Amino acid sequence: MSRQIVMTIDGRKITSREGEKLLWVALENDIYIPHLCAIKGQNKPFAGCRLCFVEVEGILQPVTACTQPVKAGMSVKTRTPAVDRLVRTAFELILSDHRLNCSRCSKNGSCQLRKIARERGLRLGLERLKPLPEKGQIDDSPRTFVFDPSRCVLCGRCVWADRQVAGVGAIGFSHRGIQRRVTTFAVRNLAESGCIECGLCVEACPVGALFFKEGKPGGKSLTDSI
Amino acid sequence: MDAALRKRAYAKLRSGAMEALKFLDEKPVVRVGTATCGKAAGALLIRDAFQEEINSKGIDARVVEVGCMGHCYAEPMAIISKPGFTPLCYGNLDEGLVKRLVEDFLLQDDPCYEFAMAALEPNDIFPTFQDFPRGVYEEKIILEYCGLIDPEEIDYYIAWGGYSALDKVLHMDPREVLQIVKASNLRGRGGAGFPAGIKWDVARKAGDGMKYVICNGDEGDPGAFMDRNILESNPHQVIEGMIICAYCVGASQGYIYIRSEYQQAIRRVKKAVRQAREKGLLGDFILGSDFCFDLHVFPGAGAFVCGEGTALVSSMEGGMGIPQYRPPELALSGYLGKPTVLNNVKTFCYIPHIIQKGTKWFKEIGTPGSPGTAVFALAGKIAAPGLVEVPMGTTLRQLIYDVGGGIPGDKKLKAVQIGGPSGGCLPGEALDLPVDFDSLKESGAMMGSGGIIVLNEDDCMVRMARFFLGFTQQESCGKCTFCRLGTRHMLQILDAVTRGEGDMDSLRVLRELAEDVKAGSLCNLGKTAPNPVLTTLKYFFHEYEAHIKEKRCPSLMCPNLIAYFIEPAKCSKLCNVCVGSCPVEAIYTRDDGLKAINQEKCVKCDNCLKTCPPEYSAVIKVSPPDLVREKEREMG
Repeated sequence: MSRQIVMTIDGRKITSREGEKLLWVALENDIYIPHLCAIKGQNKPFAGCRLCFVEVEGILQPVTACTQPVKAGMSVKTRTPAVDRLVRTAFELILSDHRLNCSRCSKNGSCQLRKIARERGLRLGLERLKPLPEKGQIDDSPRTFVFDPSRCVLCGRCVWADRQVAGVGAIGFSHRGIQRRVTTFAVRNLAESGCIECGLCVEACPVGALFFKEGKPGGKSLTDSI
Repeated sequence: MDAALRKRAYAKLRSGAMEALKFLDEKPVVRVGTATCGKAAGALLIRDAFQEEINSKGIDARVVEVGCMGHCYAEPMAIISKPGFTPLCYGNLDEGLVKRLVEDFLLQDDPCYEFAMAALEPNDIFPTFQDFPRGVYEEKIILEYCGLIDPEEIDYYIAWGGYSALDKVLHMDPREVLQIVKASNLRGRGGAGFPAGIKWDVARKAGDGMKYVICNGDEGDPGAFMDRNILESNPHQVIEGMIICAYCVGASQGYIYIRSEYQQAIRRVKKAVRQAREKGLLGDFILGSDFCFDLHVFPGAGAFVCGEGTALVSSMEGGMGIPQYRPPELALSGYLGKPTVLNNVKTFCYIPHIIQKGTKWFKEIGTPGSPGTAVFALAGKIAAPGLVEVPMGTTLRQLIYDVGGGIPGDKKLKAVQIGGPSGGCLPGEALDLPVDFDSLKESGAMMGSGGIIVLNEDDCMVRMARFFLGFTQQESCGKCTFCRLGTRHMLQILDAVTRGEGDMDSLRVLRELAEDVKAGSLCNLGKTAPNPVLTTLKYFFHEYEAHIKEKRCPSLMCPNLIAYFIEPAKCSKLCNVCVGSCPVEAIYTRDDGLKAINQEKCVKCDNCLKTCPPEYSAVIKVSPPDLVREKEREMG
C-alpha cells in the first residue's frame, strides 16, 4: 500500500502513495477539486455530494475523486467539458435545496459552497432550476449552537463526526429520497437528545446548517483543516 | 463416504419421492394454481369448492395446490388428470363449473372439452399449450414445472429429476463447475446482464475464508412478477442453483432475500428450505458428500432500492438500505465484508439445467451474446397478458402479436415500455428489434427485470415518463445529489408539461438534467432512472411539443389539457345516465332536453364518458380544452 508512485494531475507530475484516494492527493498538492461530503481517512467514502468529478485517462466517464485510488502512471484531468458539466449541475442542484441567504449566514466566510463557486467560476444562484420548498425548522435548543435544516446539504459529515469521532450518536439520517434529513431519534430537540454539545458536528459542517451561537470560534474548523 | 454410496444417496431420495407420488398416476388429481395471482382471482374458493364436491360425492381424488402457469388472463385455473385421460387444463373457473367438472369428469367420464383450455400432453383429441400461437415461440426452461408441481412438497421436484444436477456437481471438481458456467455465457438475469461465471470466478478466487451466496428476490418494478412467480411455483429450482453456486465458489452460508410484500413466496421458500434440510440437501454433508452449506430466508427491508446489490447487503447487515459506491464489487467484499455472490432468482434457476443439459444445449438457445431464454411479464394493452419464457432474440413484434395476442380493440400500438422504471419506451418502429441484453441497451431501454408494458394510442407518453420517474423519485434513497434532487426537478418539469405550463426551454433543462443524473448518480437506480424520460424525449418528442406549444395532449389523457363534450347530434333526450354519474353536478339538461357539461364545474373524472350508453356514445374528449367553445359555437 505504501509504495511511492508517480502520476500526473492536470499535467503536473505528482508523487504519492499507491492506493491513496485521488481527492486527497490532489488537495495535498494544492490542486482544488470541489467536494462537500469527503472526510479524510474515512474507510468507505460517502460519495454522496457528487461534486468531485475528474476524468481519468482510460476511464470513459468522469469518476469521483474521493473514491478513486491512485495508481502509478495515472493521468488525471480535473477540468474537462464533461467534468465541468456534471459539477455545474450538481452544484446547482444542491443550491436549489439550500437556503441562499449568505449575508445573514454566520458561515459566510468559511462556506464550502462559496469556495466552490469561487474556484470554479459558478454562480451562487439558480440559472435553470427553481428553488425547492424550504425544509425543516430551526433547532436552537442547544446552548452553544444552532441547526438550520434549510441550509443542510445532507453531506453526512455531522453524522460521521457525531458517531465516529465523538461516539455520541445523537443524530442520524432518517427518511428516504427528497424527504431525507438529519435528525435526532424520535425528532426531539437536540437539547433533549443525547447530544453532549461537543461541537464536533458544527465544526464538520461545510455550510451554514450547523453554526455556533457566538460566531465562528477561532477559525479552527475541521473543514478548513482538510 | 465413497462414490458408490454417495450415488445411492440421491437414488434413494429419488425412488422415495416417486413412491410418495405414486397416487398421481393412480387416482384423479386436481391441481389448482394458488400462486398470489391465482389467489387474487379466487383460486382458494375454487380449491375449496373442488374439495367439497369431491368429499360430498365420495370420490377418491386428491386436490393439490400448485403454482402459476403464466396464463394470467385465464385465472383461476386448474389441471385435472385422471387415469385413462389426457390431463386437461381449465381456465376462468367458477363454483358452477367446478361442480360440473367433478360430476361429469371425475364421477363420470366426460372431460367437458367445451370448457377446457388445453391438454398438457400431445393427443389426438384436444390441442395442447404448444399448439397455442404463443406455444410456437415459448421455450420453457425455468418455468417448465411452474404450475405443475406442488411447491410445498419437495417430492414433486425430486421425482421430476430435481437435485440431480446437484448430485452430479458433487462428483465434480468445483473448477469444472465454474468452467461449465463460464462456458455457458449465462448472463445475470437481474437486469444488467453481467456474466455469472465471471462473478463466480472472482468470488472463488477470493481466498478460502467465509463466503456467502445471496439470491436477490427483491423484485420491485411496477408490473414485474417473474421472480415472485418462480419462488412461489418452484422454489427448489432456486435452492438447487444456489447450492451448486456455493459448491463452486466455496461458500458455506446463503440467504434468499425476498421482498417482504411477497408473503406467500417467503412462506413457500421457507418451507422448501426446511424440507431440503430434512432430506439432507442442505446443512452438513450434503447428499453424503463432505460439502456443507445452509440457507436462510431474509425478508426484504421494504424499499425498492434494496434490490440494488450494495443497498441489499447494507440492509442485511442491519444498516439503512442505502447504496455504497463500487468498487469493491460484492464478489470481493460483500455481506459482512466477505466475498459474496449475489445473483437474481432466475439466474440461479438456469444453473441446474445448464449442468444437466450442457453448455452446448444452452448456447443453442437465444442469441450468441445473450444465450438462453428470457422471462417476460406481459402487461398493459395486450389481449393475453401473462408470464412468458421465450428465447433471447425474439422480436418485440412476435412477443406482442404472437405470444400476447396483439392489442385488444381497434387500437393502434404506440409504444412498448420495457424494463420497468429503469427501462425505456420504444416506439412502434422498434417492434422488429430482437430482444436481448445488448440490443435493448443500444436502443436506450434495458432488459431490467423483464416487465413489458404495451401502450396504445390512448396512452400519453409524457404521462408515462412522469409515472415511472415519479416512482423512482419516490424510491430514491436520497443519499446522492443527482438522484435525490435531480429526479425531483425533472419530475417538476414533467408535471408542468402535463399541465400545459411548460416551455420549450424547460425541455432543454429536462434533457440536460436527465443526462447528468444518468452520468453522475451513485448507484444504478439513479443511473437508470432517467431512461423513461430520455427515451420518450428521443422517440416521442412531438408529444412533448404538442403539450407545450399547442396545449394539447394527443392521447387525450392529461386532465388539464382536455375537456369533455357531449355531442348534441348523438345525445338522447330519453337518457339521463350521465347526469346521475357526475359527482359534481356539472352536467345539466338543456332546454331542448339534450345534456351539456358546465366546463367550469367539470373535474374530468371520466364518469360520463364511461356511463354514456354505447348506442349513443355521445361523450367525447377534446384537446386542447378550448375546442369545446369552438364546438359550442358551431352548434349555435
